[in-house]
Amino acid sequence: MRPFDYRRAASLEEASARLDPGARIIAGGTNLLDLMKLQVMTPEALVDITRLPGLSEVEPTDDGGLRIGALVPNADLAAHPRVRAGWPLLSRALLAGASGQLRNKATTGGNLLQRTRCPYFYDPCQPCNKRAPGEGCGAQGGAARMTAILGVSEACIAAHPSDMAVALRALDAEVEIRGADGAARSVPLDDFHRLPGDRPDLESTLGEREIVTAVRLPAPRPGATQVYRKVRDRASYAFALVSVAASVRMQGGRIAEAALAFGGIGARPWRDADVEAALIEREPSDALFAEAAEILLAPARTEPSNAFKVPLARRTLIATLREATGLAPAAAGPDQTGDAA
Amino acid sequence: MTAPTTRLPVRLVVNGAPRELELDPRTTLLDALREHLDLCGSKKGCDHGQCGACTVLLGAQGERRRINACLALAVMHDGEEITTVEGLGTAEAPSDLQQAFVSCDGFQCGYCTPGQIVSAEGMLDEHRRGWPSYASASLRGASPLSDAELAERMSGNLCRCAAYAGIREAIAGVAERRDGAKEAAE
Repeated sequence: MRPFDYRRAASLEEASARLDPGARIIAGGTNLLDLMKLQVMTPEALVDITRLPGLSEVEPTDDGGLRIGALVPNADLAAHPRVRAGWPLLSRALLAGASGQLRNKATTGGNLLQRTRCPYFYDPCQPCNKRAPGEGCGAQGGAARMTAILGVSEACIAAHPSDMAVALRALDAEVEIRGADGAARSVPLDDFHRLPGDRPDLESTLGEREIVTAVRLPAPRPGATQVYRKVRDRASYAFALVSVAASVRMQGGRIAEAALAFGGIGARPWRDADVEAALIEREPSDALFAEAAEILLAPARTEPSNAFKVPLARRTLIATLREATGLAPAAAGPDQTGDAA
Repeated sequence: MTAPTTRLPVRLVVNGAPRELELDPRTTLLDALREHLDLCGSKKGCDHGQCGACTVLLGAQGERRRINACLALAVMHDGEEITTVEGLGTAEAPSDLQQAFVSCDGFQCGYCTPGQIVSAEGMLDEHRRGWPSYASASLRGASPLSDAELAERMSGNLCRCAAYAGIREAIAGVAERRDGAKEAAE
């Protein structure tokens, strides 16, 4: 690890003021310290916000939703009674990620801001436009098994690694941000992560000296069936090759509501309104689900080493929709949304 | 620019004993324990949070939680309580879990064992609190500690000798006996 200046912030105001170029916020540290040991990230200063008050609570909001403080650990959020009852999809996605030890430390804000696990990003001896813009991309034409097929660019094909953020996209989450001037603003998660384009090093729409303070969820969708299905190289503690987050409400044998988001295949947590629109008011069937998969995967851009994700994503979406619409029983869950109170 | 020789005061309560250190802010909790406090029970396997050999318990009894000591900066835990495998039992007086690992052949080379045992203590605390896992059939209510639940909840601890069957048997037996003892006391 390169030397750095360590400061424990006494207030959000101080933390923001200390966020000079080259400085980084540290909270759980499970991703940042890993990257610092490899010198993939070499911040000159770390600003520790873990002891700031007001960022560690899970609170109901006036509109029946939930405000999740940026410092709430992934483990606590997954186990929270309100989350389990009203947004079980979020619990399942969190529990699908990392290990018990990591979930105890990793925070809500840090999970959103974690970096890709693309092996070319992680290895400073390989070219990577995300780590060093202009260097080139080693993943293209390389061993790109863990990379994305949707939203990728000439510069970068890295996948966003989060499970939590995939569930949050399906649940219409918003990100609460404290601006440099102290004013709070809220951004739909849909607009929080950037596509790589020609600047894959810019991963979020956070501005200078801005700090994520919370994630907000709108009120639960009563009567929905929620499923998080994750396909990975081993049964536990591995990043997704493909994951699907689904919240589906049936009415009169037809799909009345469907929210779907995808992990492992997107440059950012992926959601496609056209896929959902194709399902609404239709009777569930494998043929319909295959139709939805066609829409999702039509824009896919593949490498020889990640082309397997197209059929894998198709089959995973179909299997998830079978469970969420009741066509097939699920191994674990599916979970019904209920009263979060 | 930062002077590489910066040292910051760090006070920790390790296995009940207050310890005072002056540490480079880069020092991980794992290196503080092993290199500065001579507590070498916590092992350095991968040093990247992937193997779990460094698992320690952070926080006071009753609210302690398992973490990877390799992915924690010691300075960020100034003033906090840490429990390592040395705080759970000794060779002369091993804990029930330590004894069970011996009885069930829950190891071969033994390198991952301290992390497995500390992690299992943290995992059993989590289960007592009613936390679900990815293997739980339902998110409502407590899930019994089945073999599948144990495998999922302990997946942050790798054993390259693959003594997993013995590890799960050791933990399951202790969980059952502790539950039995708790019920008898009630």
